[in-house]
This record gives sequence, C-alpha cells and structure tokens, in this order.
Amino acid sequence: MSEAATHAKAAIPDPAACWSDALHAAAVFAVDPAGLRGIAMRAQAGPVRERWVAALRACLPTHTAVQRIPAGVTEDRLLGGLDVVATLAARRPVVESGLLAASDGGVAVLAMGERVTATAAAHLAAALDTGEVVLERDGFSRVMPARFGLVLLDEGDGDDERPPAALQDRLAFHLDLRALSLRDASDAADVRAQVIAARARLREVRTDDALVDALCAAAAALGIGSLRAPLLALRAAQAAAALAGRVCTAEDDAAWAARLVLAPRATRLPQPAESPPPPSPPPPEERDDPRQDGGPSTAERSLEDRVLEAAQAALPYDVLSTLLQQGRTPPRAHTGGRVGAARVEATRGRPMGVRRGDLRSGARLHLLATLRAAAPWQPWRALDRAGGEPGALPRLQIRRDDFRLTRYRRRTQTTTIFVVDASGSSALHRLAEAKGAVQLLLAECYVRRDSVALLAFRGTGAELLLPPTRSLVRAKRCLADLPGGGGTPLAAGIDAAVTLADALRRRGQAPLIALFTDGRANIGRDGVGGRDNAERDALAAAAAARAAQLTILLVDTSVKPQERSQRLAHAMGARYLALPQAGSVEISQAVRRSSP
Amino acid sequence: MAKVFPFSAIVGQDDMRLALMMAAVDPSIGGVLVFGDRGTGKTTAVRGLAALLPPMRVVAGCRYGCDPATPDAWCDTCRSRNAAQPAKHAMAPVPVVDLPLGATEDRVAGALDLEQALTKGVKVFEPGLLARAHRGFLYIDEVNLLEDHLVDLLLDVAASGENVVEREGLSVRHPARFVLVGSGNPEEGELRPQLLDRFGVSVEVTTPADLPTRVEVVRRRDAFERDPAAFIDKWKRQDAKLRKQVELGRTRLAAVAVPDAALARAAQLCMSLGTDGLRGELTLVRAARALASLEADSTVGDTHLRRVAPMALRHRLRRDPLDESGSTARIERALEVVFAP
Repeated sequence: MSEAATHAKAAIPDPAACWSDALHAAAVFAVDPAGLRGIAMRAQAGPVRERWVAALRACLPTHTAVQRIPAGVTEDRLLGGLDVVATLAARRPVVESGLLAASDGGVAVLAMGERVTATAAAHLAAALDTGEVVLERDGFSRVMPARFGLVLLDEGDGDDERPPAALQDRLAFHLDLRALSLRDASDAADVRAQVIAARARLREVRTDDALVDALCAAAAALGIGSLRAPLLALRAAQAAAALAGRVCTAEDDAAWAARLVLAPRATRLPQPAESPPPPSPPPPEERDDPRQDGGPSTAERSLEDRVLEAAQAALPYDVLSTLLQQGRTPPRAHTGGRVGAARVEATRGRPMGVRRGDLRSGARLHLLATLRAAAPWQPWRALDRAGGEPGALPRLQIRRDDFRLTRYRRRTQTTTIFVVDASGSSALHRLAEAKGAVQLLLAECYVRRDSVALLAFRGTGAELLLPPTRSLVRAKRCLADLPGGGGTPLAAGIDAAVTLADALRRRGQAPLIALFTDGRANIGRDGVGGRDNAERDALAAAAAARAAQLTILLVDTSVKPQERSQRLAHAMGARYLALPQAGSVEISQAVRRSSP
Repeated sequence: MAKVFPFSAIVGQDDMRLALMMAAVDPSIGGVLVFGDRGTGKTTAVRGLAALLPPMRVVAGCRYGCDPATPDAWCDTCRSRNAAQPAKHAMAPVPVVDLPLGATEDRVAGALDLEQALTKGVKVFEPGLLARAHRGFLYIDEVNLLEDHLVDLLLDVAASGENVVEREGLSVRHPARFVLVGSGNPEEGELRPQLLDRFGVSVEVTTPADLPTRVEVVRRRDAFERDPAAFIDKWKRQDAKLRKQVELGRTRLAAVAVPDAALARAAQLCMSLGTDGLRGELTLVRAARALASLEADSTVGDTHLRRVAPMALRHRLRRDPLDESGSTARIERALEVVFAP
C-alpha cells in the first residue's frame, strides 16, 4: 500500500489532459454509442459537467435522440405500459412506450446515477446487453428495439455512493471530472462531421490480433476480472481509429483505449514497478504464454507492455482509493448482502411500488393505482352489467381484481456491537484510545438512529455491559466506568458477540461487530489459563463468526500492528485496522464504510 | 428478434453448458440455476440453448402446446375438442421464454384480453408467459431481483404443474410444466431458500483466468458483433452436432440403466453430506442418468455421479457453523471419502 501511496504522489492529474481525454471520449462514444454502451461520468452537477454534456451533444449527429432519465424513475416509465388516458379515449388498449424504447438509436442520460435503484439498473443493463426492451406488462407483450448508449451522471462524492456495479461494468468509459474547474474546460472543436464519417467507416475497421492480445493481457495484469472490459477497450480502440480516419486499429488507439477503459477499472498495480525492468517478465499470466521464448515474442511483448504502460500512466490518481479499500476488505465476498439492507415489508417503511392483491392482512390500498387499473375496464363493465337496471349502476365499478396494494421497503436497523478487550494486557495504555474511538462512533450512531451495544471481556469471561440501546448517555456512562485488568478470554468475547449478533439478526436487525483487541489471548473457552489453548479457542470462535457471515471490523489495539491479530481478522473474515496508524477518526470512518 | 450468440461458440464454462444440456435431455431434473460473476456469458448460454432443442410434437391448434402423447395432461380445450377422435399433430419449436424483470403478474399468469373486452365486449383469456413456457424453458435473468409475489406465483405453479387464473368472473386452468432456468449475481442478493430448492442443479460460473481463454472469448464476441449472420453461419455445424447429441440423449434416456450400486452410492453421498430431504438424491441420480445418456453410456457409473454431484447438491447443504469452507469443497471432500477405492 505504501508503494501505491508514493506512486500516487508522483502523478497529479493534469486538468487540461483530463479535459481533453473527456472530450475525446465523448467523440469516440458518439461514433458507436450502442457498441461502447456508455460513459460513467463522475462529476458534481455544475458548469463543467454541463459543458461536457453540451460537447457530447455537439458530437452526435443532429436529430439524435437524447433522452433524460431521472434517477427515481419508476418501472412503468422505464419500460412503458398501458396508456390509460389514450386507452379510454380510443376504447382499445394503447401502449405507451417507455424511456428505454424512446432512447433507441440515440443516447440516454441518467441523472444522479449513484441513486438509481437495483431494479432500474437491471432494466438498463438488460437493454444495453440485448439492444431491446421486452415488455410483459399490463396485458401487453412486446419487444421494442432499444439500442442506445448510456451516459451515467454520477454525483456521488465518497466511496459510499457509487452507481450499481452491474451498470458501471457495462459502460466503456469511466471519467472523473471532479477535480476540474471551469477554467480548465476549454471549448471543444466541432467534430460532428468526423463522427458521421467515422460511423460509416466503423464496420470496415480491422484490428490486428496482436492488439487484441495486448488489451487482454493489460486487463489481466491490472487485475480486471470482467471480460467486458477488454472487449469494450477493443471497441473503443476501433471507434477511435474510425474517428481518426483509419481503417486499421493503430497501437495508439489501443493505448488510448487502455488508458481510458482499462485503467479506471484496475484493482491492482501491475507487478513490475516503474523502475525499468526490461528483461524481467512482468505479469504472472505470462508463464503459460507459449510464445514467450519464440523469436517474434519480443516485439509482441513490447507491444503488450506499451499498452499496459499507457493504462498504468493513468492509474494512480484514480485507482488509489479503490486499492486502499480492497486492501481492507476481506478476500471472501459477503454474500449475505449489505448491512442495513432493505427488507420488503407489508405495512411500514418507504413505498417502493404497487402490486395486485387482496385487502386482507392489513395491507394498504394504493387508491390511484387501483383506479388506474379499473379505468380501462369501465366501458366493458358497464356493458356487462347493462342487463340490470341502469339507474342502480354505480358510476365507477371497482372489482376485487383492481385492488392495488402499496409495497413498502424498510431499511433494517443497524446495531453496532462494540466488543472491547478490557484485560490487563491491552487495557492500560490502549483502553483510553479505544474508548475514544467508541465515543466518536456513538455520536455517529446517534445521528443515524442506530443502536449500540457494549460487550467487554476480561478475567474469565465476557460481559454484556450495555444491551442494545439508542441512549447515548447510558452508553457513555457505561464506557467511562469500564474497568480494566485481568486475563484475556478472547474466545469468550467473540462467542458472546456472535451470539448477540445472531439474536439481533433474528429480530430483523443488521448487526455490525467492532472488535477492539490486540489478538493476544490467555484464557480459553473453559475459563482456564494457557496461551496455546486460548489462542486455539479464539481461532475456533473466529471461524464460527466467519461462518455466521457477520460484518466485522477488527481494530488492533496493540502498539505495533501484530501478525497475530491480522490472522485473527482473516479467520473471521473481518476488516482489519491497526490503531497506531489510525486515530479515533479513522476508526469511525472505517466503521461507517462497513455500514450503509 | 435479435441475433443470438451460438451455444457451441461459448468458450469454456463446461459446467454451465453441461447443466443446460442435461436439463434439455431430462426436464424432470428440475431447473438450472446459474450463479456467478458479471460478464461470464450466463445470459448468452441460455439464449443460445433454444437453438439446440429438437422440435416437439404438439396437438394442432392448441394454444398451450399440449403433448398429443399424454391426454391426461391436456388443457380443457384439447380435452373437449379431441375427446371423440384422435388429435391432429403438428411440430413446434420448444419454447424458451424470457421472464423479463418488471413483468407484471397479469402477463405472467395470463389475464383477460383487454382489447377483446373493449372492442368486442367479450371475455377472452389471454395466456401469459407461464402458458407460453409449457413444455419448455422459463428463463429468469437476475432471478434474485425478482419480486416476491412473482416468486410465490412461480413456486406455486411449478409445484402443481398447473396455472389457475380467476379474473372478472372467468376461471381458467391450464397445464404449465416448464424447466426453470435462473441466473444471477450473488453480489446482488441471495435467493430465498424455497426458490433455491426448486432448482435441480446449480452451477457457479467464474470468469476464465488464463489469458489464452480470455483472448478467445474477446475475439469470438467481437467477431459475432461485427457480423452476427456470418458468425452464426460459421458455428451452425457445431450447433447442429450438439443438437443431435441432445436428441440422441433424449431417445436413449429411458434405456439407461441405473444399477443398485449407483443408487447406494448416491444415498451414501447424500447421507454423508446431510442434505435435507430426498430431492437431492433424486436429482443426483437423474442428472447422472442424463449425463450417461448424453455420453452414450448404457449404465450410470461412478464417473457420472462424481461429475454431477457438485451441481446437484451444492445448493442443498445446510450451513455448518464450524466449517468455513464453501459447499463445493465440502462435496469434494465427501466424494473423496465415498468413492475411495
């Protein structure tokens, strides 16, 4: 990580280069919007972004559809459905096409992409993949073409707010204009004519196999798992070649594509450092490369190197935060979903949609949706009942089939369980700092209306000092009174935390464990002393914690970061954070990152 | 209809391809779940499957595609129309129906035809996706994002093999037997256990890690997108070969023998893994039989069981709090023990 940090200092992003890359990306994207799938544009709403969007529009041929999609877009607006008003007027079902179909042949601009729902993202992703919208709604069954490129405007600031990965992965370019001011955003040249010419040329652009290999190798060296990335880079290189008036993809095009498509996706720095390493073969996948010791290999190798270098040049500025984050996340993917994940509930929470259903079991009727569902049937129902006395007919006939219920989604409450090692070994000099961190977190939990619980372990066992509560005052008092000294029954502490977390989860809450320890144990589960025995028990308890799939943060309170605590963190699938390098503020930030 | 990437041109992903082909040979295996990373060709494989399925015989004019060979399972229309004389046959492609996200319940289960009602004033049932998928495949992409009430509906129909719709005083019931194929990304949420259990086999797909494979994937994809027609043409013969294999697999299936020793092995394996219920054992045997049939073997042997055990049992294991290794590793271990010489 320190290596990455020094690397980062070396490359301060040049605003002018950044802007010209963004403009060029817009022009290349305009050549093949549907093929390149789109651009994820990270920038605050403001004049810089406006200017970039205007430049993109200026690249697109006139009359190209540019469809704005709001972040809170509902499913029926996105996909389309029954047009009630037109249906009533025409007395036959009229389909209203959605925003996806309306974007066909052009560009869709999704505002506030960091807030888009998983469902809307899935629809967008499906349309990007297949180039069509499949509508199975409101009695309609249609397939409509929807070939478009997506501009995802991402106003997220921190790492907490990012657009869904499923969507980002599909878009070719990931640009970041956050660091730019209006001064840097110079006027764009008019390239519309070139774009139109390039579109005609794109089909004929040929790419040398060696360049395809080079892009794949660069993606692998940068630790990019998804195969969409090299494919998108290839398409970007081809579009860039077409834009430059070539019918054969040049090395420069590939290098440019690697820089703009691959570099922002990198999850690690390529193995060879920047220090000139000509003979030493770089990435590991080279081992099974059969051409390695052949004659022409040197030329190809250097080509791959050059493509990789281009990507690497753009690396540090963008990738450092990702790298840091990934260094901390456990290797195992949390499949249990995010902490504080939303749960679907019948009666409470934020409304998230409508469904057909019966009015039993205390569900809430969505009046508007019910009327909407009933409206198209009115003429027919009037006919159907015409046999009876006309005077007795109600003006509006609502039947049970029309009932629409509101579905709610409630965010589950997060409970942070603080597990503090208050034993003699760690207590005296580190306990105060741990207490400080806990206090900071308490204030934050209070703001987020989360509850907290406090567990301490010392002597022969663990003790629940504070059951889950939202009372900040009680928690503070409890913490201040926390005594120190005695043996370290680490296993008992972990066991107690897991039991408590499990109980909370069964109550529908999302538990989060923050464990403060130096990883040194000397009391086993049976309450008997002995270092070996105790540490074996602690590791067993850690394994159980991992199996329970809990979100855990382990804060190492020892003076120097210990391998022992790192091992423990690994065993329980926890994030590891060393207190010496992290003050209370860092810890509270780390916890915030683990929770929603 | 958009052009579909040929099934035979998919690079690697042997488990996924095998699982889909086994389901095509023996639909009673009961569904395929494909879980894995983004961009690994899950959706591509399922869409490409349609081209491998040999056409099926249907009752002529039946909107549900009833099978002339099984009059017991006919829909009401077929029953009343064909009670007197033998039904006329016709050939139809096996349906592979997409259940797109955002589908509403009325389109899934079927509902009154609004157009007919408004323009002619008559009640006509408009069959939904479940009717269209009868005797074929129902594919749900991003299955973990499916709305709960639709999941309930699917489970209900899949369990009974029959779809019942009551709307506006109209009551319709029709057969709906289909192979459920679901795909999803585990990072986007887990599946409800009830739905998980509905899938016969579950495969995990990962992005290929070695460079030559990756290069090949990118090359083929690029070639396909530049000129779909030519690419499909180029792979037509490979697809035809697989199709023949599926066809032969189907005809051979009934003749494949399952010796008592294989049944005992399957039972032993399930017991040592502690899977709940008999469904796992049943699926394991059926999958092994389908595999044997695909490979033109006349008897189910240990190799077949070993090959399909992970995908048939992976999603049925209870989580063991003291064992941190994944379910696949646990199955591998159990296989080593049970099949020890």
